[in-house]
Amino acid sequence: MIEIKNVIKSFGQTQVIKDVSISINEGEIYGIIGHSGAGKSTLLRCINGLESYDGGSINVMGKEVSSLNGSSLREFRKDLGMIFQNFNLMQRKNVFDNVALPLEVWGYTKSEIKDRVLELLKLVGLDDKRLSKPSELSGGQKQRVAIARALALNPKILLCDEATSALDPKITKDILKLLSKINKELGITIVIVTHQMEVIKEVCEKVALLDGGEIKAEGKAEDLFLKPGKSLKKFLGEEDDGILPDDGINIKLFFPSNSSENALITKMARELEVDFSIVWGKLEKFREEVLGGLVINIRKEDKDKVIKYLENKDIILEVLE
Amino acid sequence: MNQIIGKALIETLEMVFVSTTFAVILGFIPAIILTITAKDGLKPNKVIYTILDFIINTLRSFPVLILMIVIIPLTRFIVGKSIGTEAAMVPLTIAAAPFVARIIESSLREVDKGVIEAAKSFGASNTQIIFKVMLKEAVPSIMSGITLTIISIVGYSAMAGTIGGGGLGQVAISYGYQRFQTDVMIETCIILIIVVQILQLLGNYFYNKLSK
Repeated sequence: MIEIKNVIKSFGQTQVIKDVSISINEGEIYGIIGHSGAGKSTLLRCINGLESYDGGSINVMGKEVSSLNGSSLREFRKDLGMIFQNFNLMQRKNVFDNVALPLEVWGYTKSEIKDRVLELLKLVGLDDKRLSKPSELSGGQKQRVAIARALALNPKILLCDEATSALDPKITKDILKLLSKINKELGITIVIVTHQMEVIKEVCEKVALLDGGEIKAEGKAEDLFLKPGKSLKKFLGEEDDGILPDDGINIKLFFPSNSSENALITKMARELEVDFSIVWGKLEKFREEVLGGLVINIRKEDKDKVIKYLENKDIILEVLE
Repeated sequence: MNQIIGKALIETLEMVFVSTTFAVILGFIPAIILTITAKDGLKPNKVIYTILDFIINTLRSFPVLILMIVIIPLTRFIVGKSIGTEAAMVPLTIAAAPFVARIIESSLREVDKGVIEAAKSFGASNTQIIFKVMLKEAVPSIMSGITLTIISIVGYSAMAGTIGGGGLGQVAISYGYQRFQTDVMIETCIILIIVVQILQLLGNYFYNKLSK
């Protein structure tokens, strides 16, 4: 759906995107995470041509973005909705007219506009607010209006630029639920740019970590967070080395969603008759699934026995040296 | 006397409203061009921007009184005479138009860049962005700019009166000053104060109404 290959972009002397390649498939919710200034918003704007890029290629649904201009670019943007951190609604138009604007721009008739807008407001749960002005709405409601506006032209892709960064945690969850629903029910591919880990965990299937204009890690969200590499650990601020005991062997276990509820650890202790201590643990919710990580400390002589047992149970593990 | 002042008041109001109307029409177009061609505009163009910017600054550097005299030939060409209320409207319009251009330009530039970006993101053309988004959002700010313009033109029109432009300015000069009728002078001043107060109140009223 979106193929980004070796993209480079500079503002003046500073290179903000350095050789980035990402591939986003149809129907995915893809997260791009990074600190502010990492170049993620710029990368997102390259996808719908709001920013140009200096090198490489961005191919969206078979079209090279840099080759589009004027009316072909405008036509192309009909397929890509976008929402923003600050909602970017027109203050002087009410909710209905804000959502109607893209349809007006593309010359739909009054009755088509009315039907479509009411349908969209129902989808985002704001049918009772259609005559309100943005100044009378809460942040979450404003973002819902912006989502309805972004969906007005039936886009295939929705780009979200820090869409939940200005909202409180509860509202963020609601908005993410709505995005999930849009993804599932309408089959819209969603690209989310954010610096909030919760956002990635809540909705993203795949994630890329962007730092200093480069992709530092990429993959399925759960893999990346259960077995984070160095750069992701740094981003998360969790360097767990140093807190683990020095004697014996530390083994990190990863529980995929289907086994995390099984009483695996106690079973192992019983069946192998070994003693160990649990020295670190964490459970994370990823979308619908609960995933866990646990570090146990065992005696050196039990190592082979324990590893063999765990491998038989299909548990992913990592011996921490 | 009251009749004279009443007639003068009507002349002043005529001058002010006709000049404002034409100034807004004349100022609107360069304001749009300046906004589009500015460095952060929709279609930056340094050459056009610089030229237009220079012309507007030049026109704005003429004191109104001087402008009235300098453009007498143009005034004659347009209204056929160089004295009277109609004749005063020409320099008043030309003095106010660049002022209006600047006011509309700055109102348009204040429009949230994010809103413009959102409009681009759903494929609005530049023309649509200007007329359906920027102007719509800028209306309250343009409204208060126009109030400012009207009140400045009231002041200009009094100056026009001193060189034969009619209106309250002329009454104040020829009766109040040249014939030492202090009461007439005071009366015209009070009327001007009331006129300005009413205009400002109306301007505020519309601003509040529009910015809701």
